[in-house]
Formats: sequence, structure tokens, C-alpha cells
Amino acid sequence: MTSTHRPPIDRLLIANRGEIARRIIRTCRRLGIGTVAVYSDADEDAPYVREADVAVRLPGTAPADTYLRVELLIAAAERTGAQAIHPGYGFLSERPDAAEEVARAGLTWIGPPASAIAAMGSKIGAKRLMRAAGVPVLPDNTVESLDEIGLPALVKASAGGGGRGMRVVRSSGELDDAIAAAEREAVSAFGDGTVFVERYVEGGRHVEIQVFADTHGTTVSLYERDCTLQRRHQKIVEETPSPAVDDELRRRMGDAAVAAARAVGYVGAGTVEFLLDRDGNFFFLEMNTRLQVEHPVTEMITGLDLVELQLRVAEGEPLPVAAVDARRDGHAIEVRLCAEDPAHGYRPSSGTFHVVEFPAIEGVRVDSGIDSGTVVSPYYDSMVAKVIAHGPTRRVAARRIVQALTEATIVGPVTNREQLIHLASVLEAIDDVVDTSYLDRTPMAEQAPPAASVVAAAAVAVIERQVASRSVLVDVPAGWRNLPSQAVELRLGEHVVRYRFDRWGAIDEIEVDGEQVDAREARDLARLRPPLVLGEQVHLLGGRVVLDVVPRFALPDEAGRAGSLVAPMPGSVLRILVQPGDQVVPGQPMLAMEAMKMEHQVVAPQAGVVAEILVQVGQQLDTGQLLVRVDTEVDTAADPEADPEADS
Amino acid sequence: MPVLADTVNTNAESFVDNRDAMLAQLAAHDVELAKAVGGGGPAYVERHRTRGKMLARERIEAMLDPASPFLELSPLAAWGSSFPVGAGMVTGIGVIEGTECLIIANDPTVRGGASNPYTMKKNLRAMEIARQNKLPLVNLVESGGADLPTQSEIFIPGGQGFHDITELSAMGVPTVAVVFGNSTAGGAYTPGMSDYIVMIKERSKVFLGGPPLVKMATGEESDDESLGGAEMHARVSGLADYFASDELDGIRLGRQVVRRLNHRKRGPGPRGSARPPRLDPEHLLGIPSADPKVPFDPRQVIARIVDDSDFDEFKPLYGTSLVTGFAELHGYPIGVLANHRGVLFSEEAEKAAQFIQLANQVDTPLVFLQNTTGYMVGKDFERRGIIKDGAKMINAVTNSRVPHLTINMAASYGAGNYGMCGRAFGPRFLFTWPNAKTAVMGPQQLAGVMSIVARQSAASMGKPFDEEADESMRRMVEEQIERESLAMFMSGKLYDDGIIDPRDTRTVLGMCLSAIDNEAPAGTRGYGVYRM
Repeated sequence: MTSTHRPPIDRLLIANRGEIARRIIRTCRRLGIGTVAVYSDADEDAPYVREADVAVRLPGTAPADTYLRVELLIAAAERTGAQAIHPGYGFLSERPDAAEEVARAGLTWIGPPASAIAAMGSKIGAKRLMRAAGVPVLPDNTVESLDEIGLPALVKASAGGGGRGMRVVRSSGELDDAIAAAEREAVSAFGDGTVFVERYVEGGRHVEIQVFADTHGTTVSLYERDCTLQRRHQKIVEETPSPAVDDELRRRMGDAAVAAARAVGYVGAGTVEFLLDRDGNFFFLEMNTRLQVEHPVTEMITGLDLVELQLRVAEGEPLPVAAVDARRDGHAIEVRLCAEDPAHGYRPSSGTFHVVEFPAIEGVRVDSGIDSGTVVSPYYDSMVAKVIAHGPTRRVAARRIVQALTEATIVGPVTNREQLIHLASVLEAIDDVVDTSYLDRTPMAEQAPPAASVVAAAAVAVIERQVASRSVLVDVPAGWRNLPSQAVELRLGEHVVRYRFDRWGAIDEIEVDGEQVDAREARDLARLRPPLVLGEQVHLLGGRVVLDVVPRFALPDEAGRAGSLVAPMPGSVLRILVQPGDQVVPGQPMLAMEAMKMEHQVVAPQAGVVAEILVQVGQQLDTGQLLVRVDTEVDTAADPEADPEADS
Repeated sequence: MPVLADTVNTNAESFVDNRDAMLAQLAAHDVELAKAVGGGGPAYVERHRTRGKMLARERIEAMLDPASPFLELSPLAAWGSSFPVGAGMVTGIGVIEGTECLIIANDPTVRGGASNPYTMKKNLRAMEIARQNKLPLVNLVESGGADLPTQSEIFIPGGQGFHDITELSAMGVPTVAVVFGNSTAGGAYTPGMSDYIVMIKERSKVFLGGPPLVKMATGEESDDESLGGAEMHARVSGLADYFASDELDGIRLGRQVVRRLNHRKRGPGPRGSARPPRLDPEHLLGIPSADPKVPFDPRQVIARIVDDSDFDEFKPLYGTSLVTGFAELHGYPIGVLANHRGVLFSEEAEKAAQFIQLANQVDTPLVFLQNTTGYMVGKDFERRGIIKDGAKMINAVTNSRVPHLTINMAASYGAGNYGMCGRAFGPRFLFTWPNAKTAVMGPQQLAGVMSIVARQSAASMGKPFDEEADESMRRMVEEQIERESLAMFMSGKLYDDGIIDPRDTRTVLGMCLSAIDNEAPAGTRGYGVYRM
């Protein structure tokens, strides 16, 4: 450990993207430090790129071509005069080689020494080190036997994270298969197939300790974060303090975490993860040698800025008193807003977020990577924002999360907002949850259909757009009739709205699914929280509900005869190119015929399955003769099971 | 800016009484309109629906752009006759794909959509409006042809229907037909003469003679589909240009056709966006007097229908029984002539003739607001040449070439009806408020005149005059004239284009002015010889 002062940092390159890049820029701004953003082609218009003082392009989109290219990042830092590189989380943050190369280039790496990253990089090695340092670890084994461990057991990838390469084994017969599967997954995910087996703690909690070390020999615990509420082994809600940790346990866990950090010569911000069982025993899982996604909850209760501390420590300053003797004030909860669809296997979504607006609520902080108009690409992590709430109690913090998410306007690709609202409500309602598999065991209740008045407000917005888009008779009251004979029908998703205009063009009667709605209430609602009509969709309640504007007229199939193909002219069958049962796509040739010395292809008018072929090769055809019948009712769209990668 | 002052006292007893009377008349009017909407009655409507068919007005509603207006014309056609109110047909002006069209739909729940004499008149009037205003014509056809028992009244004049469709086409006004069902014999020519024809699978049946007639004529066995089905016309005869899978699809295709008509309005268009009147149009319910003998100030009507209540009055101090002046309505410039105290004297007639010439000089459409008992009679007036002056006014209104719009606000009697651009003087549109009366003269006057003539005749022949018979004759005549001068009676005879709620006057005139704007208004520069 050295204690020499390094030159002060006046320009920092952020080797990351999204919300964490913005969050680092925010601190730099406050400290008067210049910022250099890097961006892939997909991130060119991202908010963090705009907010940085300088931005450097990394050509390409794949992480391996862009954010993982250490040499490009170093070159960018040199070119822009940055003295330091902050890796954020994910990407290069836990790559010892990156830390080393940055240091070798004479730049400051905002993170621990490469040696500390390397030491913690192997789970097997780290456990060995921890055991030697007196940090409690779970009994484990390399893959040969379960003798020391017992059942159930967990097969884990040594280089793993984020739930990948993990398998629970409940009977010894499953072990071989589980190891093989975990190895395969580990190879593909991390390039390292080493796995090990440790005892599996049923109903365990995931509690981690934030540690901070300076270059002057001070290492402190900034208390715990509870990340027990997970989905598929991925964190989704984090809070501090943990409902399962009392002062005595907090002290013991803090001491163990500090010991862990010291054992590897740690400097800067790090997190020691423990598994906490129901009896208050805790076991070292791994150490994350970087800033964590969930660091804001620690900031909320301690009042510290962990990025500022990182920069100060990197400049060689000692930890300030406020960090050495950090306070603990109230309760903080973070939820991760992800562009993914919980209802469809957490399938990642992408596209333009048309409107992103969070309400200003006391005690609520939003670290968002997106603004109104931001396009989210499919290339990176699906997390787009974090909502963090602080309050005197857990209940207040949880309520503030619910409030912030409920009142936010997020219009764009589908997100897990509803699930987060549900989870925060659960936290608000009960004093403790749960274990790491709570979410996987407890399916979320289906979202209640919107109230009739809300659908009516959506209809009002759609109707107002129709009124505004009139090109003739614009001064005539909308929908005016001298002889009103019927209500106008508008279909929004599953809902049928019927309404009438009065003689002055105002909607004065409106009915949703047969239920009369106060037209004034619907109009007021449409004004107070305007539904957003984008294309043929209405986004309601700040984007929580989306209804399709059903077109008035359905387009029939091209031929006017569903799914059948007829000969366009007299001729003979040359070739038949499909078989009954074949899937066809629109435009796919199905049959060739000859007529007047010309060869004509008969193509599929729409996607479907060939149900029947009614002609043979060589057969003479009359105009209009039925050739092939295609069944279009078969759903050909598969539902790919997505398993998005996420950083923890 | 000469914004008209509000002199209406909505708390006055007369206002409240007028309003109550007007609302009662509107309610009575609504009852009659409901009959038109009811078509052939619940049983036929139900049968039509069980066949999976849309009603005439449902077809029109589906045809129209969302949130666009529809001005239905002649809804009370055939009122007071032996034929159903509405005459089995719906006509009106509506917006399809941003294009104002004249839409005609047969009501197949009324005797299979067959044409009776009133249907024919209503149809011809609609096509006249299409022709005068260059409105693309959209026919939603389902008609069994002529109502055969009345064929003598419709066969000869009905030929004009065929004539007018193709005449429109030649004038550059496209014609579109969507055939929803039977379109037989004469009815087959409605689509047949049209520029574009949409037929609907297994619904449209278009033939000169149906299977029974063919069997009778030639002995040939046939069925509807092979004789005139949509499939046959789309694939074989080529009569159908578009083949729809169902009614809604036919409407979709009809809209698609209109979208590509490349329709452009050739008028100057409104001048910017219009300010609504400053004064409340709801008051129009209480302004017209419930007692036709009590005149009312038409400026209070004008102030509630023109843009920003802004009216530049012409010759306000001369011929004060007629108010003339310029204004804008929905941004379109107009000249207004409105009767004030009912009677037209020489000064009023001259003022009107001058004003009409001025409007023609600058191509400004004219709006006539009728409330007239006619030209003044009496020795002095005859000696001063009321006939000469009335003739000037009628000369001016007849030979004027700017578009005219007429509203009968209360009364339209005698030659005043002519001078104020009654039906015979070809206004582009003529609408009536429900309280309005139209006749050669008032019922009492008419009965009284007949009584005096009878008394003179008896005296000249030295016969005794039967006072009792005279009394009952007068009562009978008065009742008959009163009945026949009512708005619904006039509307039933197609002497107007419909009865409107006074509050809708601005909207209706605005739609008419927009229809007119398909061509630039062009006034005449010459007139018939004025008798000076």
C-alpha cells in the first residue's frame, strides 16, 4: 500500500454508459472536474453523451468492439487530456488487466489495485483467502464429492455472477448433470468453465457490506445493503438497513467485510457479499471490487457521495471523518427500472422512450440513463433507471417508491415498472420479506383493467387528435349532426367506447363497455394527466396502461379470399414448391405455372401453413382455379425465452 | 369595430315565452325526425339487422371521417304525404377522406329502398346540390327500383336521375357507388352510370331484370349470383371496379376511392380562422317571436351567427325595414339581407337591389334572412310605384350570380318570398326555422279576401250572403292555410332543404359556404333592364 499523493484529477474519462455515466458526471460537475464520455454508435444520442464536457466515439455497437476496448479508452483519455478512468460497474470494472493497462499508461484507475481485483476474481481462490483471513465461508468443494457439503448444494461458476452458471442440486444423482450444465453456461458466459460446489442455504438472505479503503491504511464499513428480493438470482430491489440485521450483527458483518478487504490490500469502494441464514449465520459469497449499482441506498442513509470518495481516495487523500465515522439515518430503498417485460420471460425491450418524467418527491432520487426521446438499443444492459427513496422508516421509503413510480410518466418500450410498484407495495405492507426466491415463487397479480373513466379519458385524447387533424370544415363543431341518429364507436384495445358530440362540438355523452361515464370527468382527467396518443396507441396514467386504437376498417387479405390461391390465368402447372404442412412467408413462391410461353410464380399472399395442394404437376389450369389453400390461423410466432444479462 | 350590441334581455317575459314556444316546436320536430330515423319501423329494421346489414345512417356514419360533421338534407321529405317520413332515403353533405361529398343512401328498411315520388324529388335535389356546388357524389345503393304503384309519377321525371349522374361526371364531379344489396332494373343504373363502382361479395345484386323477369322474358333459368352478383361483375362483366368482402370493407373501398379523387377546392377559402360570435347563440331560441305578428330585430340574429359578431351595416338609416350589411361567417365574406319589420316598402326594395348589385360587383355570397309579410299595399304605395321597386329587387335577386343562402326565420309571405330569394329563385341552400311560415299570404288575410270576394260576388248577383256559411268557410280556409304554411309541411314538399334548430344556423351556413367554396363565387356584371 502506498500513501503517496497522486496529481489531482481535473478531467475524468468515464468508461461506461447510461445512468452510471450520468451519475459520475453529476459528481464531477459538483467538484469542478471535467468529464469525457465515450459512446458506441448505438449511444450517440444518449443523455450522458450530451452532458459530458467531451465525448469520444467508439465505433461499433457490440461491447467487445466498444466499451471493452481498453486500448481505445486509454487513447481517448490521452487525446482528451483525462488523467483518470472511472470504469463504473460492469464492462471493464472487474478486469484486472484493464486496471493494470490503465496504470501502465500513466493514468489513474478509479478502483482497487489490479491485484485486489484478481484476488477476488476467482471465487474458489477468494474463498480460500477469506477462510485464511477468518471470514466465515460456506463449506465447499471442487466437483468430486458432496461429502463435506451435504444437500442441497449449489453448483457455481468460479468466474460467475448474475445467476449464470448456477445450479441447485437436491439429490446426489443430479450432481453430474448440474455440473455439466453449469460448466457449459460458464464457458459461454465468462469464457471460464471452472465450477465449484458449495452448500446451498435454503431461504437465505443476500446481505452485503459496503466497504471503503483509502491509501493511508483506513478501511471502513459503510454498513449493509439487503438485496434479498431477487428475480432469477438477479437483484431488483435493494434496501438499507436490512430488516434482518441488528446492531450487533451489523458490527460483526462489518468487521468481517473490513477483514476481507484488508486481506487483499483493497483500496477504494468495494462490496462484500454475504449469505445470511435464518439463524443469523453469515457466509462470504464474493467481493465486488467496484462501485455497485445499488450504492445510492448507502449514500442516502450516510449522506456520503461514494463517487466523490472514490475520486478523493484515487488522488491519495485520506477518507474524511464523515466516512470513517459514517452516520446511519433512516431507511433507503432502490428499485431497478429495466426495459424488459416481466410478463414474457423478462424479454428485453428496446425502442424510443417518448416521454420520461419523474415527479419531484421529497426523499426520492432518480438515477436515470434515459430522458424523453432517448432510444434504448438492444445491445446493452436492460436497466434504464434507478429510483431510490429515503425516509425515516422503511414504510415511508417504500411508499415514496410507489408514489414516484405511479406518478412517473414513462412512455416507450415495456418496462418492469408494474412489478416494481408491486414489490414496493409489498415492502410497504409487510415488515420483512422473504428470501432470494420470493419473486420466482410469487407470481404477480395481473394488472387490474383501467377504470372506465380512465379509458374514457383515453378516448377523449384520441377524439381530440381526430378533431385537430381535420382539414376541412375546421370551424364547424366537431362531429356536428342536425339529425343525430347514433353514438360514435371507438375501440381501444378490448374496450368499446361510445360517445356523442353536442351541437358545439364537445363530447357530452360517453360510455365505456356499456358503462356511462361522466363526460366532464373524462375531459378533466384527460387534461390533468394527459393520455399520450402516439401512432395508433394511447398511453395512459403516465404510460402504465397502453391501449391500441383499433382501426375502423380491417384490411382484408389481398385476394379477397382468405388463404386461398387461384390461378391468375389459364396455363399448366410446372412445379410445386411447397408441401402440405410447410410454413410459408409472404412472397414465398409456392408454385410455378406456364402460360403463353411465360413462367409465372404463384406466391404466398401472407404467412401461414400450407393446408392443401389441389393441383398436380402438368395439370391444365383455368383462370380462378383453386391451387393451394394456406391456413393463416396458425400462430407462427414463437415466444423466445429471453435471459438477459445483467450486472449485479 | 362595429360589433353589434346585445339588446336581448333573457329575463324578459317575452324572451322566456318565445324560448318556450321554440323549444316546444323543436320537440315536435324531433318527434318527426325520429320517424325518419326509424325508417321502415322496428320490424323491418330488425329484419335488416338479422341479415347482418347496416342501416342507411350507419353506412353513412362509417363512411365519414371521424369527428367530421354531417348536414343531413330534406330529412322530413314526404312529411304529410302517404309515404313514410324521410322518403326512404338519406341525403346530406359529409366529409370523406378530407373531401366534402354529397352522400345519398337508400334506406332499404322502407319498402326495400324503392323510389316513390318524394324519394325521386329528394334524390334529384341532392344531385342538384352536388352539381351546383361541385361536390363529389357518393351513392350507397340498396334499392329495388321504382315503387311500381307510383310509376306514372316517377317514370318520366325519374330519368333525370340517370342523366344527372353522368352529367356530373362530365362536369368533372366524380361519382362513386357502393352497392350494398339489390340494385335492380332502373336502380341498376345508379351504379351503372357512376364513375367508380364498389360491389360487396354475396350482397350486391345488380341486374336489369331479376331471375323471375328473365324467366318470363326468355325462359332462361338463372339465380341472383350468376345474374348480377358482385363476384360475377368483378370478374366477368367488369361492372364492378372493386370487390369488397363485406359491408365495412365496401365502405373502406369507397373511402379509398374518394381519397384518390384528387379533389381540390377551387374557391378562395376562408380568410384565416374564424372567431366565434361574441353573443351567445343559445339566445337564438328566444329571439324569434312566438307571436308571428311581433317583429324582432334581425341584428340580434346576425350578431349570433357571424364571426366575432362583427357586422358592417349598409344604409342603416334608409329603408329601415330591411337590414343590409357585410360580415364574415367561418371566415367567408358574406352580404346579409334581413327583414326587420316584415313589410317591404319602395325604399327597402331599392336598397335591396343596390346591395345585391354591390355584392355581385365584389363576388360576395349573399345570405337572406327572411321574416317578411310581403310588399306594402295601398293607394299611396301603388302610386309611388311599389310594383316597379319590387320588380327591381326581384330582377336583382334573380339575375344575381353570387351564391345565395336563404334562412326563413319566421315568415315568408307573398312576393316578399320571391324578393327574399325563396325556393323558386334558386338559392344554393334554403333552411327553415321550426316556427317559420310560408304562404302567399297569412291565413286570416287569405280567408278574409275570399270572404270579401264572395260577398261582392253575391252582391253583384243580388243574392243574399250566407253569413253562417261564410264564417265556417273562413274558419276552414284559415285552418287549411295555417296547416299548409307550416315549416314541416313545406319541408315535406321539398320546398326547403330542411328545418334547423336556430342555434345551428351558423354551423349550417358555414357548411354551405364551404360547399360553395368548391368554386370561386363570381357575381354578374349585368342585369335585366331595370324599370325606373
